[in-house]
Amino acid sequence: MTEAVLDPRFTLPVRTVEKATAEPRWVRLVLIGLALAFLGIFLFVPLAAVFYEALRKGVVVYWQAVIEPDALAAVRLTLLAAAISVPLNLVFGVAAAWAIAKFEFRGKNLLITLIDLPFSVSPVIAGLIFVLVFGLQGWFGEWLRDHDLKVIFAVPGIVLATIFVTFPFVARELIPLMQAQGTEEEEAAVVLGASGWQTLWRVTLPNVKWGLLYGVILSNARAMGEFGAVSVVSGHIRGLTNTLPLHVEILYNEYQFAAAFATASLLALLALVTLVLKAVVERRFGDGG
Amino acid sequence: MSLALRRHTVLPGFGIALGFTLLYLCLIVLIPLSATFLKTFSLTWDAFWTAVTAPRVLASYRLTFGASFLAAGINAVFGLLVAWVLVRYRFPGKRIIDAFVDLPFALPTAVAGIALAAVYSTNGWIGSLFVPYGIKIAFTPLGVLVALTFIGLPFVVRTVQPVLEDLEPELEEAAATLGASRLQTFTKIVFPTLLPALLTGFALAFARAIGEYGSVIFIAGNLPMVSEITPLLIITKLEQYDYAGATALAVVMLLISFTLLLIINLLQWWARRRRAAP
Repeated sequence: MTEAVLDPRFTLPVRTVEKATAEPRWVRLVLIGLALAFLGIFLFVPLAAVFYEALRKGVVVYWQAVIEPDALAAVRLTLLAAAISVPLNLVFGVAAAWAIAKFEFRGKNLLITLIDLPFSVSPVIAGLIFVLVFGLQGWFGEWLRDHDLKVIFAVPGIVLATIFVTFPFVARELIPLMQAQGTEEEEAAVVLGASGWQTLWRVTLPNVKWGLLYGVILSNARAMGEFGAVSVVSGHIRGLTNTLPLHVEILYNEYQFAAAFATASLLALLALVTLVLKAVVERRFGDGG
Repeated sequence: MSLALRRHTVLPGFGIALGFTLLYLCLIVLIPLSATFLKTFSLTWDAFWTAVTAPRVLASYRLTFGASFLAAGINAVFGLLVAWVLVRYRFPGKRIIDAFVDLPFALPTAVAGIALAAVYSTNGWIGSLFVPYGIKIAFTPLGVLVALTFIGLPFVVRTVQPVLEDLEPELEEAAATLGASRLQTFTKIVFPTLLPALLTGFALAFARAIGEYGSVIFIAGNLPMVSEITPLLIITKLEQYDYAGATALAVVMLLISFTLLLIINLLQWWARRRRAAP
């Protein structure tokens, strides 16, 4: 009797319990198949199409489209916009998270909602608001014209629109993380004689480094890929105010499909790198690093 | 709880951190956004009403909100399915597929737009399959639906997934012991628990879709009254130097977006309460 219970062949009761909360094999296969078909139709096939169309006319055409001067100018402007907007939003994110996570004050929830606001604004409207402020008809339009400054249809407008659309990324990663970590470690540091900056650099930032990196990766991807907002403020001047996504649009509308997809493939590669980095950081995050 | 005043704390830097946060928030977000509302005041009420209810504008609302709603619905069904499969089953390549769900967040919308247009046009890989049935996808309202489904895809998966992971197996085991079939257990036990997260994901996908521009314009065809979305109409008005008209439309869109934001916050609060005390 006791032997029969210990015999691994008699594990029937356990297996029945497992089966009762699992679907039959054919149901599982059908569900997995349906899910993969959906992802295939909407994600994988379009992504593959970018690289297929980019290389269809051969590597030479691809290379020429990528090293063409207007394309290189677009790459430079895209990198510039990201290089300005990401660090600014990083500093903002740390400041906002410090105030919100380490202190109690009235209106905190309202402030968190306002920080998230740019995510619920259409990219087109994100561009429009800067036209209304800095455009020729806008609040500062005449003053800017009199001082020979250009914001709209120029690089500053593109940078402003990029800052707007990437505004919440770092802050919304750091706020919940720093709230969960509490204030004990920082208080210990200050009591032991560390200054505020020392506490921030040596205690707080090392504790949130993965969350910080995560926010930077996401905001960088959005900064380099933004289309709608930048499109409104750019004026589409080739070689001057064209970012990579806008360059893709121009080539596409001129029926230069191979070149358009070649340029698009650079951005698709950026997206793939972003996904890989994101997965790596998420795993580190999971380890509690 | 937000009424509680600052506790006594030894930590420095509250003033400078909050001051900088508020200044930056005002300069980048609040003041520019208020420009739209102030600009609309330059219109009389009648002019505003005519601008936001012109037949071409109404047609664009129907398409934008209709296609966004349908796309969010498709994503609710398939997002739930994808989340379920990723959490509950094991199959080769699962980790990579899980990471790829976020592709619509990472891929620039213009790239998504031209890729979808290429794949779903009548000579594209998928679009050509529908030609024998007389169905055109790209350059019709159906194309708008495809693009909006693409960009809203991660929302439902990413809101449902963590709830599904945290689900206590005991609940389902109890249901099974009490004689419930697998389907009954899902519809009566699992689904109600997932519902707040599912609705949040639906609302997030819907909110994202109504403002979407880049991925849609390449595949839509952009025919006035037929396949023209509201954000495109705003740009068209801007290009015609009709700043007041563009701003009036923007204000309507902003008011709808803010209402949705409020609904999403309420849903998330509901979902958190559900998870804290099931």
